[in-house]
Amino acid sequence: MQVEHTEFRPKIVAFCCNWCSYAGADLAGSSRLAYPADVKIIRVPCSCRVNPMFILRAFQRGADGVILCGCHPGDCHYTTGNYYARRRMTLLFSMLDYLGVEDGRTRVEWVSAAEGVKFSATMNEFVAKIHELGENVRLEDLRCKN
Amino acid sequence: MQELITRAKELLADGTVSRVLGWKKGDLGWDPEPAYFEKEEDLEGFVYNPFCGANLSKYLIAAGKLEGRTLVFLKPCDTYSFNQLVKEHRVKKEKTYIIGVGCRGTLDPEKVRAAGMKGIEDAAVDGETLKVATLYGEKEMPLKDALLDRCLVCKGKTHVAYDELIGTQAGEEAGPGELAGDRFAEVERLEALPPKERFAFWQGQLSKCIRCNACRNACPACSCLKCVFDSSQFDSSQKANADTFEEQMFHIIRAYHVAGRCTDCGECSRVCPQGIPLHLLNRKFIKDINTFYGEYQAGADTESRAPLTDFTFEDVEPGIVSKRGGGR
Repeated sequence: MQVEHTEFRPKIVAFCCNWCSYAGADLAGSSRLAYPADVKIIRVPCSCRVNPMFILRAFQRGADGVILCGCHPGDCHYTTGNYYARRRMTLLFSMLDYLGVEDGRTRVEWVSAAEGVKFSATMNEFVAKIHELGENVRLEDLRCKN
Repeated sequence: MQELITRAKELLADGTVSRVLGWKKGDLGWDPEPAYFEKEEDLEGFVYNPFCGANLSKYLIAAGKLEGRTLVFLKPCDTYSFNQLVKEHRVKKEKTYIIGVGCRGTLDPEKVRAAGMKGIEDAAVDGETLKVATLYGEKEMPLKDALLDRCLVCKGKTHVAYDELIGTQAGEEAGPGELAGDRFAEVERLEALPPKERFAFWQGQLSKCIRCNACRNACPACSCLKCVFDSSQFDSSQKANADTFEEQMFHIIRAYHVAGRCTDCGECSRVCPQGIPLHLLNRKFIKDINTFYGEYQAGADTESRAPLTDFTFEDVEPGIVSKRGGGR
């Protein structure tokens, strides 16, 4: 028997850097702060590990929103990684916007290991935004749809 | 043209260079193709006319692996690509001998044909007039109606790298009307559209793509030995696009790979058999880089750091994209 899903449940991919944001998510969890289960966290060694292709690929495979979290500028474990990530993401987001993909499906947020509250608030806010935008239809690959 | 051939013969004869990289007559008069000339007598087939749009700098990567120096003819905008390749250690200056050639803009054969020219054999520029030699006699048309779009927003007549100049002088100013266009005008027009229309525009353009990879193969910035699109592990590997996503994916990634390294030479759009305005993607990156990180012209020199391999502590946050809104 197939269960019918009528309610829209967004799929959100969150790339979190190992040193700050992933620990921040951990803190959110151990502090019993709620954030939607729609957020799937992928741990990366550093925010600059995220190739712009990863973001496109996430959209292809059916993500409705992609968020990148890293250490605050100046706090990178590898000293300068997030400065490079910042430039890359600015250009990528601007390009996606130029191609007409709805603005707001992508986001970058700096979350430190001590900011469990910020992590949970950011995720709640982001999921609400994606709910507002609805399903991602402009960057999807139909073959990856179930 | 005779001057170029004479000088090339001299340099071949005195052993300064081992081969000459230039253009030869193609199958049709409007389609000259890049060619190597190794002997003096081969140079009889050499041509240089306004149809010679091909940017020869990329061929120097392969030529650099051969014995001896290569003589190459570069137009002003081609020298930017050359500098960029030197900066990326893909070509060596000492393995090449550059003759900077004068350029009055290169022609778009489609536009010339659309003006009713048939049986095109050759073309020459005379002031603001284009004289086209056809099988049916010589015909004329205004030069600006025949130029490639990239040449309507020419970045100047100055060679940024050369060993000698023929048919032009150092620091030559562009003629009147040649720099009239604003190269970001079309990008700005698109940015001003509502997102839905922007999406429709790009979907319409990119769905024409047949994945022939001509843009990649012609692009002087696309010089990786092993290209990401040739990997069997990759979703967008060398094959026809299956759906709209792949069309976008290929072009976004290609534009991104050359972001900050693209000299805006316009080869991608020139070689596209489907007439997709691919340079508009690259120009968007150039425009954003200029706005966010300061004016930058790739290939203007061989030392400066590319914008994406550099940073400042005060860079804008990615959130600026949605803050300023409307695609700007």
